[in-house]
Amino acid sequence: MKELLLGKLDGQALPHEWFTILGSITFILATIATIILITRLKRWKWLWNEWLTSVDPKKIGIMYFIVGGFMLVRGGIDAIMIWLQQAISVDGSQGYLSADHFQQVFTAHGNIMVFFVAMAFIFGLINYIVPLQIGARDLASPFLNTLGFWLYVGGVVMVNMFFLLGGEYAATGWLAVAPLSGKEFSPGVGVDYWIWSLQISGVGTTLAAINFIMTILKMRAPGMTLWKMPLFTWGSLCSMLMAVTVFPLLTATLFLMFFDRYLGMHFFTTSGGGNPMMYTNLIWMWGHPEVYILMLPAFGAFSEIVSTFSRKSIASYTSNVLGMIGVSVFALSVWLHHFFTMGASANVNAFFGVMTMVIAIPTAVLFFSWIATMYKGRIRYDTPMLWFLGFVAIFTIGGIAGLLLAIPPVDFQLHNSLFLVAHFHSNVIGGVLFGIFAGLAYWFPKISGYRLNERIGRYAFWSWIVGFLMAFVPMYILGLMGATRRLDHYDSSTGWQPFYVMSLMGGIIIMVGVALQLVQIVASFMQKRRLHDSTGDPWNGRTLEWAVTSPPPSYNFTVIPEVSSRDAFWKMKQHGLRRPVYEDIRMPRNTGSGIYISIFAFLVGFGFVWEIIWLVVVSLIAIIGFVIARTFDEDIEYTLTAAEVEKLELAREKKNHAHYAHGRVDAEDMGLREFVVTVIKWVLDVIKNRRWRTW
Amino acid sequence: MVAHKQMDHEEAANDRVMFGFWVYLMTDLLMFAVLFAVYAVLKDSTAGGPAGRDLFRLPLALQETLLLLTSSFTCGLGMIAARQGNKRQVLGWFGATFILGLAFLSLELIEFAEIIHEGYTWQTSAFLSAFFSLVGTHGLHITFGLLWMAITLWFVVKRGLTNNMVRKLALLSLFWHFLDIVWIFIFTIVYLGAFV
Repeated sequence: MKELLLGKLDGQALPHEWFTILGSITFILATIATIILITRLKRWKWLWNEWLTSVDPKKIGIMYFIVGGFMLVRGGIDAIMIWLQQAISVDGSQGYLSADHFQQVFTAHGNIMVFFVAMAFIFGLINYIVPLQIGARDLASPFLNTLGFWLYVGGVVMVNMFFLLGGEYAATGWLAVAPLSGKEFSPGVGVDYWIWSLQISGVGTTLAAINFIMTILKMRAPGMTLWKMPLFTWGSLCSMLMAVTVFPLLTATLFLMFFDRYLGMHFFTTSGGGNPMMYTNLIWMWGHPEVYILMLPAFGAFSEIVSTFSRKSIASYTSNVLGMIGVSVFALSVWLHHFFTMGASANVNAFFGVMTMVIAIPTAVLFFSWIATMYKGRIRYDTPMLWFLGFVAIFTIGGIAGLLLAIPPVDFQLHNSLFLVAHFHSNVIGGVLFGIFAGLAYWFPKISGYRLNERIGRYAFWSWIVGFLMAFVPMYILGLMGATRRLDHYDSSTGWQPFYVMSLMGGIIIMVGVALQLVQIVASFMQKRRLHDSTGDPWNGRTLEWAVTSPPPSYNFTVIPEVSSRDAFWKMKQHGLRRPVYEDIRMPRNTGSGIYISIFAFLVGFGFVWEIIWLVVVSLIAIIGFVIARTFDEDIEYTLTAAEVEKLELAREKKNHAHYAHGRVDAEDMGLREFVVTVIKWVLDVIKNRRWRTW
Repeated sequence: MVAHKQMDHEEAANDRVMFGFWVYLMTDLLMFAVLFAVYAVLKDSTAGGPAGRDLFRLPLALQETLLLLTSSFTCGLGMIAARQGNKRQVLGWFGATFILGLAFLSLELIEFAEIIHEGYTWQTSAFLSAFFSLVGTHGLHITFGLLWMAITLWFVVKRGLTNNMVRKLALLSLFWHFLDIVWIFIFTIVYLGAFV
């Protein structure tokens, strides 16, 4: 009976390791605190109506950023835990983590950083910016967008579930290589958590990608042909096209793994004719394009930034676009370079090695496009531009290391070494993450209505650069010295320890950088009147997102702009802006269906993890019911009349002016010392005057 | 793009949904591509168990094929009727499609039951894992298609042939033809291929 009701779930599953207990307590306390805060502020209704059920891509974008930000800290703590273990676990000392814990930590680190940080930030940027750049009011399917977001959240909860409930996480590495991840060698629930967190969020990604393809191809403003599209939108389009190409592969592969584990099938097992290397092939057919899915929107964002901050239109737009398309196409045919040691013939290895090197060509085209844009430009070195320059330096180091690894004989030596780890961190941090940070600094004024604090932003940037080099250059050296990845213990005679310790210190400096970024956002908020941007166009931008006020109204454009050239807004500014004629606007209604479906999708996964079959059945029926209800609901839109739009616009204008008129003009962006002093003063004031009573 | 502007709001939305559904079908096709590739890799990994030629009955597979092809034909006729706004014919043709689909599904289940009855399951060998996954996934799609068809027809009865319902029928018929095409590949590669 108990087995029927709860499956494998019993008291044994509850947290009993120190780190899961700690995690559970933190999580429960944070949840209680949040609930109390929201209740005290009477914000539940507001939260539900304005945010959680919203179908506005701008709000969904911000929510992606918030959840992704939490996950960045979460994955960063994992990173520090790995570094710390490796710095101290030498000779007699076994460090502070057992081998099994250590494996779970690096697995979770990889999954969280790729799926729940990088993907979230990329989708956040695309959600917010793409509709604005193409002159659209919303997405092709607002519902699919909220569903995609909530499925992502479902994946986030699933990947952290072992904290709350206990059990364990996969100890298999972030791609759960077979046959290690099979039932035979990983009998626990860790791999099942892994399967379902990726499955749920992966389906969300596919749906979101279909939606953005529809939006970009079908909803551009009149006159915006494909060859007049802004480059960030181009990068996003390439990325989303790749996503719909490879995410189904991930979904299918995860299902096969699931069949192996639950139904005793023999796809990737060592017995019954299974073929473990087939798993490696399938997962990397998705896995390699995945990094380019993350990279292409970042490339696009860099193109926008370089053009804006060099005050020139992008050099050789066409080659830039072709470069991105080239990267997307070649990226689909290089997966085997992840396992040259598989034992494929020399010709096969040579083909994939050459393809891997060929991909450097379209990438180089992009770099030349950016450099040519900067040439003879009047460059402004604001933080977005700094992140771009940091990217050029670090991505190039990583890229060259990648070219070395593309040579099969070299790869035989460096395979699975820290050299490889350093290589892909250079590209993912230096490329994707810096691209996101650059994009965030660039578009933050659009999102919030005030720009970010430049001074603290610079400190954060330099902490990241110094920390990154200090953390990962030793790893290149360690890799050449023969240190393999994922070691939880080694001998001091190897001479590795100093490098590991240096790497840890670099990691700590990176953490300082992250802390400074949080300080930067808080400090900017504190000075938001001074940093307020009433024009909607703080950087003298060139694309349509700068044509609307910051933050934009829910319908983005009062009048859909007509586009006649690239750099559409730049041309408009030169020809003068016209006074809008208001018109009726059809807007999608908010919907909770996305949340409900995701909750039940989560429960399906949860049911499978713990083998609670009734829960799976009930949840599947519930999902089908919600999908039917949503599909046949015909009342999903409402109309804003021209008069209402005019009223809203006037109110916004007034508010904007009020901000401007009452703005206290500070000397300049506050520095760190002023920030600390202000915060301390505020805390003292709160305590002295018991201000919390009025909250 | 100019044409786009002239389309009214609803028409543009229809256009987008239709396009999006095509993209979705491509993603689904890629899932099948993985299953086909896996089947191709594993079809000789019988681990001492039976191979395809020992288990499959071609006449049965041919019957399934004919049923599904005919159902695609009636589905097409149903769509023509839908565009003409003939509700009775829509219900008739789609009803026939539903019954043919159900018959197909029953035959498939009978085939599975026979194989299992002979003592072989998806646990027997990698080949049978791949067979059951590929053909079973298609069958699952058919099951969802039938469910979808039943619900859509119920709404057609209730709401009549509105533009919205015609669009939903069009998506459904796309899905149905798509499953038909996938089945032709299954028939060729799995069933005929086993006897080559």
